Amino acid sequence: MASEIQLTEVTKRYGRRPPAVDNFSITIPAGQIVVFVGPSGCGKTTTMRMINRLIEPTSGLITIGGEDTSKLDPDQLRRKIGYAIQQAGLFPHMTVAQNVGVVPGLLGWDRGKVADRVEEMLDLVGLDPAEFRDRFPRQLSGGQQQRVGVARALAADPPVLLMDEPFGAVDPITRGNLQDELMRLQAELHKTIVFVTHDFDEAVKLGDRIAVLGDQSRILQYDTPEAVLANPADDTVAGFVGAGASLKQLTLRRVRDVQLSQAAVTVSTSDEPADIRRSLQEAGASFALMLDTRRRPVAWVHVREPRMRRPIRDMVSRESTLQDALEAILTDGGNAVVTGARGEYVGLVDIDTVMASVRELRENA
Amino acid sequence: MSFWEFVSDRWSRLLSESLLHVSAVVQCTILAAIVGVTVGIAVYRSPFGSAVATALTSAILTIPSFALLGLLIPVLGLGAPPTVAALVLYGLLPIVRNTIVGLAGVDGAVTDAARGIGMNRLGVLTRIELRLAWPAILAGMRVATQMLMGIAAIAAYARGPGLGVEIFAGLTRAGSANATNQAIAGTVGIVVLALILDGIFVLIGRYTTSRGLRGQ
Repeated sequence: MASEIQLTEVTKRYGRRPPAVDNFSITIPAGQIVVFVGPSGCGKTTTMRMINRLIEPTSGLITIGGEDTSKLDPDQLRRKIGYAIQQAGLFPHMTVAQNVGVVPGLLGWDRGKVADRVEEMLDLVGLDPAEFRDRFPRQLSGGQQQRVGVARALAADPPVLLMDEPFGAVDPITRGNLQDELMRLQAELHKTIVFVTHDFDEAVKLGDRIAVLGDQSRILQYDTPEAVLANPADDTVAGFVGAGASLKQLTLRRVRDVQLSQAAVTVSTSDEPADIRRSLQEAGASFALMLDTRRRPVAWVHVREPRMRRPIRDMVSRESTLQDALEAILTDGGNAVVTGARGEYVGLVDIDTVMASVRELRENA
Repeated sequence: MSFWEFVSDRWSRLLSESLLHVSAVVQCTILAAIVGVTVGIAVYRSPFGSAVATALTSAILTIPSFALLGLLIPVLGLGAPPTVAALVLYGLLPIVRNTIVGLAGVDGAVTDAARGIGMNRLGVLTRIELRLAWPAILAGMRVATQMLMGIAAIAAYARGPGLGVEIFAGLTRAGSANATNQAIAGTVGIVVLALILDGIFVLIGRYTTSRGLRGQ
Protein backbone atom coordinates (compact mmCIF):
# COMPACT_ATOMS: atom_id res chain seq x y z
CA MET A 1 0.00 0.00 0.00
CA ALA A 2 1.44 3.35 -1.00
CA SER A 3 0.04 6.82 -1.27
CA GLU A 4 0.56 9.58 -3.76
CA ILE A 5 2.01 12.76 -2.31
CA GLN A 6 1.08 16.07 -3.82
CA LEU A 7 2.58 19.45 -3.02
CA THR A 8 0.76 22.42 -4.51
CA GLU A 9 2.24 25.91 -4.52
CA VAL A 10 3.99 25.32 -1.20
CA THR A 11 5.96 28.26 0.17
CA LYS A 12 8.01 28.56 3.34
CA ARG A 13 9.07 31.99 4.52
CA TYR A 14 11.19 32.85 7.56
CA GLY A 15 10.50 36.44 8.57
CA ARG A 16 11.18 39.04 5.92
CA ARG A 17 13.93 37.17 4.17
CA PRO A 18 13.36 35.74 0.69
CA PRO A 19 11.39 32.48 0.97
CA ALA A 20 13.39 29.31 1.71
CA VAL A 21 10.97 27.38 -0.48
CA ASP A 22 9.14 29.33 -3.13
CA ASN A 23 5.92 28.18 -4.76
CA PHE A 24 6.90 24.51 -4.94
CA SER A 25 4.60 22.08 -6.74
CA ILE A 26 5.28 18.42 -7.37
CA THR A 27 3.43 15.13 -7.62
CA ILE A 28 5.17 12.12 -6.15
CA PRO A 29 3.60 9.00 -7.65
CA ALA A 30 2.55 6.22 -5.29
CA GLY A 31 5.09 3.43 -4.86
CA GLN A 32 8.01 5.26 -6.44
CA ILE A 33 11.29 6.63 -5.15
CA VAL A 34 11.58 10.32 -5.90
CA VAL A 35 14.95 11.86 -5.14
CA PHE A 36 15.29 15.55 -4.31
CA VAL A 37 18.82 16.39 -5.33
CA GLY A 38 20.49 19.78 -5.17
CA PRO A 39 23.32 21.74 -3.60
CA SER A 40 23.31 22.21 0.17
CA GLY A 41 21.13 25.10 1.30
CA CYS A 42 18.79 24.83 -1.69
CA GLY A 43 15.81 24.04 0.51
CA LYS A 44 15.43 20.36 -0.35
CA THR A 45 15.44 19.27 3.30
CA THR A 46 13.03 22.07 4.25
CA THR A 47 10.72 20.91 1.47
CA MET A 48 10.84 17.32 2.67
CA ARG A 49 10.25 18.31 6.29
CA MET A 50 7.09 20.14 5.32
CA ILE A 51 5.61 16.83 4.16
CA ASN A 52 5.53 15.48 7.74
CA ARG A 53 5.06 18.97 9.17
CA LEU A 54 8.30 19.10 11.11
CA ILE A 55 8.25 22.45 9.36
CA GLU A 56 4.89 24.10 8.80
CA PRO A 57 4.46 25.57 5.34
CA THR A 58 3.67 29.30 5.20
CA SER A 59 1.21 28.69 2.39
CA GLY A 60 0.21 26.01 -0.06
CA LEU A 61 -1.39 22.59 0.09
CA ILE A 62 0.18 19.22 0.84
CA THR A 63 -1.84 16.04 0.43
CA ILE A 64 -0.89 12.43 1.10
CA GLY A 65 -3.21 9.90 -0.50
CA GLY A 66 -5.58 12.78 -1.19
CA GLU A 67 -5.73 13.82 2.47
CA ASP A 68 -4.84 17.40 3.39
CA THR A 69 -2.02 17.07 5.94
CA SER A 70 -2.76 20.44 7.57
CA LYS A 71 -6.10 19.03 8.75
CA LEU A 72 -4.42 16.19 10.69
CA ASP A 73 -2.78 16.16 14.12
CA PRO A 74 0.96 16.50 13.35
CA ASP A 75 2.03 13.76 15.78
CA GLN A 76 -0.57 11.34 14.42
CA LEU A 77 0.48 12.26 10.88
CA ARG A 78 4.16 11.55 11.61
CA ARG A 79 3.41 8.14 13.07
CA LYS A 80 2.13 7.15 9.63
CA ILE A 81 5.18 8.50 7.80
CA GLY A 82 8.50 6.70 8.09
CA TYR A 83 11.38 9.03 8.86
CA ALA A 84 15.06 8.17 8.46
CA ILE A 85 17.85 10.72 8.77
CA GLN A 86 21.61 11.06 8.49
CA GLN A 87 23.51 9.38 11.34
CA ALA A 88 20.30 7.43 11.97
CA GLY A 89 19.32 9.55 15.02
CA LEU A 90 18.89 6.41 17.09
CA PHE A 91 18.02 6.85 20.76
CA PRO A 92 21.30 6.02 22.50
CA HIS A 93 19.69 4.97 25.79
CA MET A 94 17.41 2.41 24.15
CA THR A 95 18.31 -1.00 22.77
CA VAL A 96 17.98 -1.77 19.08
CA ALA A 97 14.67 -3.53 19.77
CA GLN A 98 13.32 -0.58 21.77
CA ASN A 99 14.38 1.83 19.05
CA VAL A 100 12.62 -0.15 16.34
CA GLY A 101 9.54 -0.64 18.53
CA VAL A 102 9.00 3.03 19.36
CA VAL A 103 6.45 3.86 16.66
CA PRO A 104 4.36 0.69 17.07
CA GLY A 105 4.43 1.49 20.80
CA LEU A 106 3.19 5.01 20.13
CA LEU A 107 0.42 3.56 18.00
CA GLY A 108 -0.67 1.45 20.96
CA TRP A 109 0.20 -2.02 19.66
CA ASP A 110 0.38 -4.67 22.36
CA ARG A 111 3.80 -5.89 23.50
CA GLY A 112 3.70 -9.25 21.77
CA LYS A 113 2.82 -7.74 18.43
CA VAL A 114 5.56 -5.11 18.82
CA ALA A 115 8.16 -7.80 19.65
CA ASP A 116 7.15 -9.85 16.59
CA ARG A 117 7.32 -6.79 14.40
CA VAL A 118 10.79 -5.89 15.70
CA GLU A 119 12.08 -9.36 14.78
CA GLU A 120 10.54 -9.09 11.34
CA MET A 121 12.01 -5.64 10.73
CA LEU A 122 15.53 -6.57 11.85
CA ASP A 123 15.38 -9.57 9.54
CA LEU A 124 14.19 -7.36 6.72
CA VAL A 125 17.17 -5.00 7.00
CA GLY A 126 19.61 -7.88 7.29
CA LEU A 127 20.41 -7.84 11.01
CA ASP A 128 20.14 -11.08 12.98
CA PRO A 129 17.55 -10.34 15.71
CA ALA A 130 19.14 -12.73 18.21
CA GLU A 131 22.47 -10.97 17.88
CA PHE A 132 21.36 -7.37 17.62
CA ARG A 133 18.08 -7.06 19.52
CA ASP A 134 19.60 -6.19 22.89
CA ARG A 135 22.54 -4.13 21.69
CA PHE A 136 22.75 -0.39 22.21
CA PRO A 137 23.38 1.96 19.27
CA ARG A 138 26.94 2.73 20.41
CA GLN A 139 27.74 -0.96 20.00
CA LEU A 140 26.88 -0.85 16.28
CA SER A 141 28.91 0.24 13.26
CA GLY A 142 27.71 3.23 11.23
CA GLY A 143 26.19 0.97 8.57
CA GLN A 144 24.37 -1.14 11.15
CA GLN A 145 23.01 2.00 12.82
CA GLN A 146 21.62 3.13 9.45
CA ARG A 147 19.96 -0.26 8.99
CA VAL A 148 18.34 0.05 12.41
CA GLY A 149 17.28 3.59 11.44
CA VAL A 150 15.58 2.22 8.32
CA ALA A 151 13.99 -0.62 10.34
CA ARG A 152 12.61 1.94 12.79
CA ALA A 153 11.23 4.04 9.96
CA LEU A 154 9.47 1.02 8.46
CA ALA A 155 8.29 -0.57 11.72
CA ALA A 156 4.70 0.66 11.65
CA ASP A 157 4.43 -0.15 7.93
CA PRO A 158 3.87 3.45 6.84
CA PRO A 159 2.78 3.97 3.23
CA VAL A 160 5.20 6.88 2.90
CA LEU A 161 8.87 7.11 3.80
CA LEU A 162 10.94 10.28 4.09
CA MET A 163 14.71 9.83 3.98
CA ASP A 164 17.05 12.77 4.56
CA GLU A 165 20.55 11.85 3.37
CA PRO A 166 20.24 8.60 5.31
CA PHE A 167 23.49 7.22 3.92
CA GLY A 168 25.45 10.47 4.08
CA ALA A 169 27.65 9.59 7.03
CA VAL A 170 28.92 6.13 6.12
CA ASP A 171 31.93 5.04 4.06
CA PRO A 172 31.46 4.64 0.29
CA ILE A 173 31.45 0.83 0.28
CA THR A 174 28.87 0.56 3.08
CA ARG A 175 26.89 3.29 1.36
CA GLY A 176 26.81 1.28 -1.86
CA ASN A 177 25.61 -1.78 0.07
CA LEU A 178 22.91 0.20 1.85
CA GLN A 179 21.73 1.64 -1.47
CA ASP A 180 21.49 -1.86 -2.99
CA GLU A 181 19.64 -2.98 0.13
CA LEU A 182 17.16 -0.11 -0.12
CA MET A 183 16.45 -0.98 -3.74
CA ARG A 184 15.87 -4.60 -2.76
CA LEU A 185 13.51 -3.48 0.06
CA GLN A 186 11.65 -1.18 -2.27
CA ALA A 187 11.16 -3.94 -4.84
CA GLU A 188 9.47 -5.86 -2.03
CA LEU A 189 7.55 -3.09 -0.24
CA HIS A 190 6.62 -0.51 -2.91
CA LYS A 191 6.53 2.48 -0.57
CA THR A 192 6.28 6.05 -1.72
CA ILE A 193 9.74 7.29 -0.85
CA VAL A 194 11.01 10.86 -0.83
CA PHE A 195 14.78 10.71 -0.67
CA VAL A 196 16.93 13.81 -0.17
CA THR A 197 20.58 13.84 -1.16
CA HIS A 198 23.25 16.13 -2.57
CA ASP A 199 24.97 13.19 -4.26
CA PHE A 200 23.86 13.05 -7.88
CA ASP A 201 25.21 9.54 -8.41
CA GLU A 202 23.09 8.34 -5.50
CA ALA A 203 20.07 10.05 -7.09
CA VAL A 204 20.68 8.31 -10.43
CA LYS A 205 21.11 4.97 -8.75
CA LEU A 206 18.05 5.07 -6.48
CA GLY A 207 15.53 7.34 -8.12
CA ASP A 208 12.59 6.28 -10.24
CA ARG A 209 12.42 10.00 -10.79
CA ILE A 210 14.81 12.78 -9.90
CA ALA A 211 13.85 16.33 -8.99
CA VAL A 212 16.88 18.55 -9.45
CA LEU A 213 16.39 21.55 -7.20
CA GLY A 214 17.95 25.00 -7.35
CA ASP A 215 17.79 27.91 -4.95
CA GLN A 216 14.55 28.26 -2.97
CA SER A 217 13.75 24.70 -3.92
CA ARG A 218 12.95 25.73 -7.51
CA ILE A 219 12.49 22.61 -9.63
CA LEU A 220 15.05 22.81 -12.41
CA GLN A 221 14.10 19.44 -13.81
CA TYR A 222 11.81 16.60 -12.73
CA ASP A 223 12.25 13.49 -14.80
CA THR A 224 13.64 9.98 -14.97
CA PRO A 225 17.40 9.59 -14.34
CA GLU A 226 17.89 8.62 -18.01
CA ALA A 227 16.20 11.80 -19.20
CA VAL A 228 18.03 14.06 -16.76
CA LEU A 229 21.38 12.59 -17.80
CA ALA A 230 20.63 12.75 -21.50
CA ASN A 231 18.90 16.11 -21.65
CA PRO A 232 19.76 18.37 -18.76
CA ALA A 233 17.12 21.10 -18.73
CA ASP A 234 19.62 23.94 -18.45
CA ASP A 235 23.24 24.76 -17.71
CA THR A 236 22.73 24.57 -13.94
CA VAL A 237 21.41 21.03 -14.16
CA ALA A 238 24.16 20.15 -16.63
CA GLY A 239 26.71 21.53 -14.20
CA PHE A 240 25.20 19.52 -11.39
CA VAL A 241 25.03 16.36 -13.46
CA GLY A 242 28.72 17.00 -13.90
CA ALA A 243 31.20 16.49 -16.68
CA GLY A 244 30.68 12.75 -16.48
CA ALA A 245 27.04 12.81 -17.60
CA SER A 246 27.59 10.59 -20.60
CA LEU A 247 29.69 8.24 -18.55
CA LYS A 248 26.96 8.03 -15.89
CA GLN A 249 24.46 7.32 -18.63
CA LEU A 250 26.53 4.37 -19.68
CA THR A 251 25.83 2.79 -16.29
CA LEU A 252 22.17 2.61 -17.35
CA ARG A 253 23.00 0.33 -20.29
CA ARG A 254 24.45 -3.16 -20.28
CA VAL A 255 26.62 -4.99 -22.78
CA ARG A 256 23.80 -7.46 -23.50
CA ASP A 257 21.70 -4.51 -24.76
CA VAL A 258 24.03 -3.70 -27.66
CA GLN A 259 24.99 -5.40 -30.91
CA LEU A 260 28.37 -7.12 -30.52
CA SER A 261 30.88 -7.07 -33.34
CA GLN A 262 33.28 -9.89 -34.18
CA ALA A 263 37.05 -9.90 -34.54
CA ALA A 264 38.10 -9.98 -38.21
CA VAL A 265 40.53 -12.77 -37.51
CA THR A 266 40.72 -15.18 -34.60
CA VAL A 267 43.69 -17.47 -34.24
CA SER A 268 44.62 -20.21 -31.85
CA THR A 269 47.56 -20.31 -29.44
CA SER A 270 48.79 -23.36 -31.37
CA ASP A 271 48.99 -21.56 -34.76
CA GLU A 272 52.41 -20.81 -36.29
CA PRO A 273 53.39 -17.10 -36.48
CA ALA A 274 53.79 -17.38 -40.26
CA ASP A 275 50.25 -18.74 -40.62
CA ILE A 276 48.90 -15.98 -38.43
CA ARG A 277 50.59 -13.34 -40.59
CA ARG A 278 49.21 -14.96 -43.75
CA SER A 279 45.61 -15.06 -42.48
CA LEU A 280 45.85 -11.45 -41.34
CA GLN A 281 47.21 -10.31 -44.72
CA GLU A 282 44.49 -12.24 -46.54
CA ALA A 283 41.81 -10.60 -44.40
CA GLY A 284 43.46 -7.19 -44.72
CA ALA A 285 43.40 -6.73 -40.94
CA SER A 286 46.20 -5.65 -38.65
CA PHE A 287 45.16 -7.40 -35.40
CA ALA A 288 44.11 -10.94 -34.63
CA LEU A 289 42.47 -12.12 -31.44
CA MET A 290 44.22 -15.16 -30.04
CA LEU A 291 42.08 -17.75 -28.27
CA ASP A 292 43.25 -20.72 -26.25
CA THR A 293 42.11 -24.26 -26.92
CA ARG A 294 38.91 -23.67 -24.92
CA ARG A 295 38.17 -20.54 -26.99
CA ARG A 296 39.03 -18.18 -24.14
CA PRO A 297 40.62 -14.87 -25.27
CA VAL A 298 44.31 -14.66 -24.43
CA ALA A 299 45.98 -11.90 -26.39
CA TRP A 300 46.02 -9.61 -29.41
CA VAL A 301 48.59 -10.24 -32.14
CA HIS A 302 49.80 -7.64 -34.69
CA VAL A 303 50.50 -8.50 -38.30
CA ARG A 304 54.06 -7.12 -38.25
CA GLU A 305 55.13 -8.97 -35.09
CA PRO A 306 53.09 -12.20 -35.04
CA ARG A 307 55.40 -13.61 -32.35
CA MET A 308 54.57 -10.90 -29.88
CA ARG A 309 51.38 -11.44 -27.89
CA ARG A 310 49.83 -8.44 -26.22
CA PRO A 311 47.86 -9.85 -23.29
CA ILE A 312 44.27 -8.69 -22.73
CA ARG A 313 44.15 -6.88 -19.41
CA ASP A 314 40.45 -6.15 -19.04
CA MET A 315 37.47 -8.15 -20.27
CA VAL A 316 33.74 -7.67 -19.76
CA SER A 317 30.74 -9.98 -19.56
CA ARG A 318 27.25 -9.59 -20.99
CA GLU A 319 26.05 -8.30 -17.59
CA SER A 320 28.66 -5.54 -17.40
CA THR A 321 27.59 -1.96 -17.92
CA LEU A 322 28.67 -0.06 -20.98
CA GLN A 323 30.78 2.04 -18.63
CA ASP A 324 32.79 -1.07 -17.79
CA ALA A 325 33.07 -1.80 -21.51
CA LEU A 326 34.39 1.70 -22.19
CA GLU A 327 36.88 1.23 -19.39
CA ALA A 328 38.09 -1.97 -21.06
CA ILE A 329 38.31 -0.26 -24.43
CA LEU A 330 40.49 2.47 -22.94
CA THR A 331 42.65 -0.02 -21.07
CA ASP A 332 43.35 -2.30 -24.03
CA GLY A 333 43.02 0.22 -26.85
CA GLY A 334 40.51 -0.56 -29.57
CA ASN A 335 37.96 -3.12 -28.49
CA ALA A 336 36.49 -4.57 -25.32
CA VAL A 337 36.46 -8.35 -25.42
CA VAL A 338 33.19 -9.85 -24.23
CA THR A 339 33.23 -13.28 -22.66
CA GLY A 340 30.44 -15.68 -21.84
CA ALA A 341 29.60 -17.55 -18.65
CA ARG A 342 32.54 -19.95 -18.92
CA GLY A 343 34.99 -17.29 -20.02
CA GLU A 344 34.67 -18.15 -23.72
CA TYR A 345 34.93 -15.50 -26.42
CA VAL A 346 31.53 -14.07 -27.42
CA GLY A 347 32.26 -10.87 -29.30
CA LEU A 348 33.62 -7.36 -29.13
CA VAL A 349 32.33 -3.95 -28.14
CA ASP A 350 34.01 -1.17 -30.05
CA ILE A 351 34.04 2.53 -29.38
CA ASP A 352 31.52 3.23 -32.17
CA THR A 353 28.97 0.94 -30.50
CA VAL A 354 29.40 2.82 -27.23
CA MET A 355 29.05 6.16 -28.98
CA ALA A 356 25.93 4.98 -30.80
CA SER A 357 24.39 3.94 -27.47
CA VAL A 358 25.06 7.33 -25.93
CA ARG A 359 23.43 9.02 -28.93
CA GLU A 360 20.47 6.70 -28.75
CA LEU A 361 19.98 7.29 -25.00
CA ARG A 362 20.04 10.98 -25.64
CA GLU A 363 17.50 10.81 -28.44
CA ASN A 364 15.12 8.53 -26.52
CA ALA A 365 15.14 10.52 -23.31
CA MET B 1 38.54 11.66 78.01
CA SER B 2 39.94 10.51 74.70
CA PHE B 3 38.16 11.19 71.42
CA TRP B 4 36.93 7.59 71.11
CA GLU B 5 35.66 7.57 74.69
CA PHE B 6 33.84 10.79 73.93
CA VAL B 7 32.28 9.33 70.83
CA SER B 8 31.11 6.12 72.50
CA ASP B 9 29.82 8.12 75.46
CA ARG B 10 27.75 10.38 73.19
CA TRP B 11 27.04 7.74 70.54
CA SER B 12 23.25 7.77 70.59
CA ARG B 13 23.13 11.54 70.52
CA LEU B 14 25.68 11.77 67.68
CA LEU B 15 23.75 9.13 65.77
CA SER B 16 20.44 10.96 66.01
CA GLU B 17 22.13 14.23 64.97
CA SER B 18 23.74 12.41 62.04
CA LEU B 19 20.38 11.10 60.92
CA LEU B 20 18.86 14.57 61.21
CA HIS B 21 21.80 16.00 59.27
CA VAL B 22 21.54 13.47 56.44
CA SER B 23 17.78 13.68 56.32
CA ALA B 24 17.90 17.49 56.09
CA VAL B 25 20.51 17.37 53.30
CA VAL B 26 18.76 14.63 51.33
CA GLN B 27 15.35 16.26 51.55
CA CYS B 28 16.75 19.65 50.60
CA THR B 29 18.68 18.12 47.67
CA ILE B 30 15.47 16.51 46.43
CA LEU B 31 13.60 19.81 46.79
CA ALA B 32 16.45 21.61 45.02
CA ALA B 33 16.39 18.97 42.28
CA ILE B 34 12.66 19.42 41.72
CA VAL B 35 13.00 23.20 41.57
CA GLY B 36 16.31 23.12 39.68
CA VAL B 37 15.25 20.64 36.98
CA THR B 38 11.99 22.56 36.48
CA VAL B 39 13.93 25.78 36.07
CA GLY B 40 16.39 24.03 33.74
CA ILE B 41 13.56 22.66 31.57
CA ALA B 42 11.96 26.10 31.45
CA VAL B 43 15.06 27.89 30.20
CA TYR B 44 17.31 25.45 28.31
CA ARG B 45 15.90 26.30 24.90
CA SER B 46 16.75 29.97 25.21
CA PRO B 47 20.41 31.00 25.52
CA PHE B 48 19.31 34.19 27.28
CA GLY B 49 17.13 32.35 29.80
CA SER B 50 19.93 29.84 30.43
CA ALA B 51 22.42 32.66 31.07
CA VAL B 52 20.06 34.43 33.47
CA ALA B 53 19.21 31.26 35.40
CA THR B 54 22.88 30.30 35.73
CA ALA B 55 23.88 33.82 36.77
CA LEU B 56 21.13 34.06 39.39
CA THR B 57 21.89 30.71 40.97
CA SER B 58 25.62 31.55 40.93
CA ALA B 59 24.84 34.83 42.66
CA ILE B 60 23.07 32.95 45.45
CA LEU B 61 26.14 30.78 45.90
CA THR B 62 28.41 33.79 46.39
CA ILE B 63 26.43 34.93 49.46
CA PRO B 64 28.30 33.60 52.52
CA SER B 65 26.16 30.90 54.10
CA PHE B 66 26.52 32.46 57.53
CA ALA B 67 25.18 35.76 56.17
CA LEU B 68 22.32 34.14 54.27
CA LEU B 69 21.14 32.27 57.34
CA GLY B 70 21.39 35.47 59.40
CA LEU B 71 19.31 37.29 56.80
CA LEU B 72 16.71 34.53 56.69
CA ILE B 73 16.16 34.37 60.47
CA PRO B 74 14.17 37.65 60.70
CA VAL B 75 11.98 36.49 57.81
CA LEU B 76 11.49 32.78 58.59
CA GLY B 77 12.38 32.58 62.28
CA LEU B 78 14.67 29.97 63.82
CA GLY B 79 14.90 26.22 63.30
CA ALA B 80 13.99 24.24 60.22
CA PRO B 81 12.48 26.90 57.89
CA PRO B 82 15.62 29.04 57.40
CA THR B 83 17.77 25.89 57.21
CA VAL B 84 15.65 24.36 54.47
CA ALA B 85 15.43 27.66 52.56
CA ALA B 86 19.20 28.18 52.65
CA LEU B 87 20.07 24.60 51.72
CA VAL B 88 17.63 24.53 48.79
CA LEU B 89 18.92 27.86 47.49
CA TYR B 90 22.56 26.70 47.65
CA GLY B 91 21.70 23.37 46.05
CA LEU B 92 20.16 25.05 43.01
CA LEU B 93 23.29 26.15 41.14
CA PRO B 94 24.88 22.79 40.33
CA ILE B 95 21.52 21.23 39.55
CA VAL B 96 20.21 24.06 37.35
CA ARG B 97 23.51 24.36 35.51
CA ASN B 98 23.88 20.63 34.94
CA THR B 99 20.25 20.30 33.82
CA ILE B 100 20.76 23.07 31.26
CA VAL B 101 24.05 21.61 30.04
CA GLY B 102 22.61 18.11 29.96
CA LEU B 103 19.47 19.04 28.03
CA ALA B 104 21.30 21.36 25.65
CA GLY B 105 23.85 18.62 25.00
CA VAL B 106 21.28 16.18 23.61
CA ASP B 107 22.13 15.52 19.97
CA GLY B 108 19.79 17.48 17.70
CA ALA B 109 19.53 14.51 15.34
CA VAL B 110 18.09 12.42 18.16
CA THR B 111 15.36 14.88 19.09
CA ASP B 112 14.66 15.51 15.41
CA ALA B 113 14.21 11.79 14.87
CA ALA B 114 11.96 11.58 17.93
CA ARG B 115 9.74 14.39 16.61
CA GLY B 116 9.88 12.96 13.10
CA ILE B 117 8.57 9.56 14.08
CA GLY B 118 5.64 11.12 15.91
CA MET B 119 6.54 11.68 19.57
CA ASN B 120 4.81 14.69 21.06
CA ARG B 121 6.71 17.46 22.89
CA LEU B 122 6.13 15.95 26.32
CA GLY B 123 7.16 12.50 25.10
CA VAL B 124 10.38 13.86 23.63
CA LEU B 125 11.15 15.62 26.92
CA THR B 126 10.37 12.74 29.28
CA ARG B 127 11.34 9.74 27.15
CA ILE B 128 14.34 11.15 25.34
CA GLU B 129 15.79 14.43 26.57
CA LEU B 130 15.55 13.94 30.35
CA ARG B 131 16.79 10.34 30.04
CA LEU B 132 19.81 11.47 28.09
CA ALA B 133 20.44 14.42 30.44
CA TRP B 134 19.98 12.24 33.51
CA PRO B 135 23.68 11.45 34.14
CA ALA B 136 24.44 15.19 34.09
CA ILE B 137 21.49 16.00 36.37
CA LEU B 138 22.54 13.27 38.77
CA ALA B 139 26.10 14.62 38.80
CA GLY B 140 24.66 18.03 39.68
CA MET B 141 22.69 16.50 42.55
CA ARG B 142 25.82 14.75 43.75
CA VAL B 143 27.80 18.00 43.84
CA ALA B 144 24.87 19.73 45.53
CA THR B 145 24.69 17.03 48.21
CA GLN B 146 28.39 17.31 49.03
CA MET B 147 28.14 21.06 49.23
CA LEU B 148 25.02 20.96 51.41
CA MET B 149 26.62 18.54 53.86
CA GLY B 150 29.07 21.28 54.80
CA ILE B 151 26.60 24.14 54.65
CA ALA B 152 24.08 22.27 56.80
CA ALA B 153 26.58 22.44 59.66
CA ILE B 154 26.33 26.24 59.61
CA ALA B 155 22.55 25.88 59.95
CA ALA B 156 23.08 25.13 63.64
CA TYR B 157 23.61 28.88 63.93
CA ALA B 158 19.91 29.26 63.11
CA ARG B 159 19.07 26.45 65.55
CA GLY B 160 18.80 24.05 62.64
CA PRO B 161 19.13 20.30 63.12
CA GLY B 162 22.26 18.18 62.56
CA LEU B 163 25.88 17.73 63.48
CA GLY B 164 26.48 21.46 63.28
CA VAL B 165 25.09 21.60 66.83
CA GLU B 166 28.14 19.66 68.07
CA ILE B 167 30.58 21.84 66.17
CA PHE B 168 29.06 25.10 67.38
CA ALA B 169 28.77 23.85 70.96
CA GLY B 170 32.39 22.71 70.88
CA LEU B 171 33.63 25.98 69.43
CA THR B 172 31.72 28.21 71.88
CA ARG B 173 33.06 26.18 74.82
CA ALA B 174 36.61 26.26 73.47
CA GLY B 175 39.15 25.46 76.19
CA SER B 176 36.70 23.62 78.47
CA ALA B 177 36.61 19.83 78.86
CA ASN B 178 35.84 17.84 75.70
CA ALA B 179 35.23 21.05 73.66
CA THR B 180 37.72 19.97 71.00
CA ASN B 181 36.43 16.40 70.98
CA GLN B 182 32.91 17.71 70.44
CA ALA B 183 33.90 19.91 67.49
CA ILE B 184 35.98 17.16 65.93
CA ALA B 185 33.23 14.57 66.38
CA GLY B 186 30.80 16.84 64.50
CA THR B 187 33.29 17.54 61.72
CA VAL B 188 34.43 13.96 61.25
CA GLY B 189 30.81 12.85 61.33
CA ILE B 190 29.98 15.17 58.45
CA VAL B 191 32.95 13.98 56.40
CA VAL B 192 32.03 10.32 56.94
CA LEU B 193 28.38 10.94 56.07
CA ALA B 194 29.39 12.87 52.95
CA LEU B 195 31.52 9.94 51.77
CA ILE B 196 28.70 7.47 52.40
CA LEU B 197 26.20 9.63 50.47
CA ASP B 198 28.68 9.97 47.62
CA GLY B 199 28.94 6.20 47.46
CA ILE B 200 25.17 5.93 47.37
CA PHE B 201 25.11 8.37 44.44
CA VAL B 202 27.54 6.17 42.53
CA LEU B 203 25.17 3.24 43.05
CA ILE B 204 22.11 5.25 42.04
CA GLY B 205 23.96 6.37 38.93
CA ARG B 206 24.81 2.79 38.06
CA TYR B 207 21.27 1.52 38.43
CA THR B 208 19.40 4.40 36.85
CA THR B 209 21.59 5.15 33.84
CA SER B 210 20.95 3.17 30.64
CA ARG B 211 23.79 0.84 29.65
CA GLY B 212 23.63 2.56 26.30
CA LEU B 213 24.91 5.77 27.86
CA ARG B 214 27.70 4.34 29.97
CA GLY B 215 31.21 3.80 28.67
CA GLN B 216 32.30 0.46 27.29
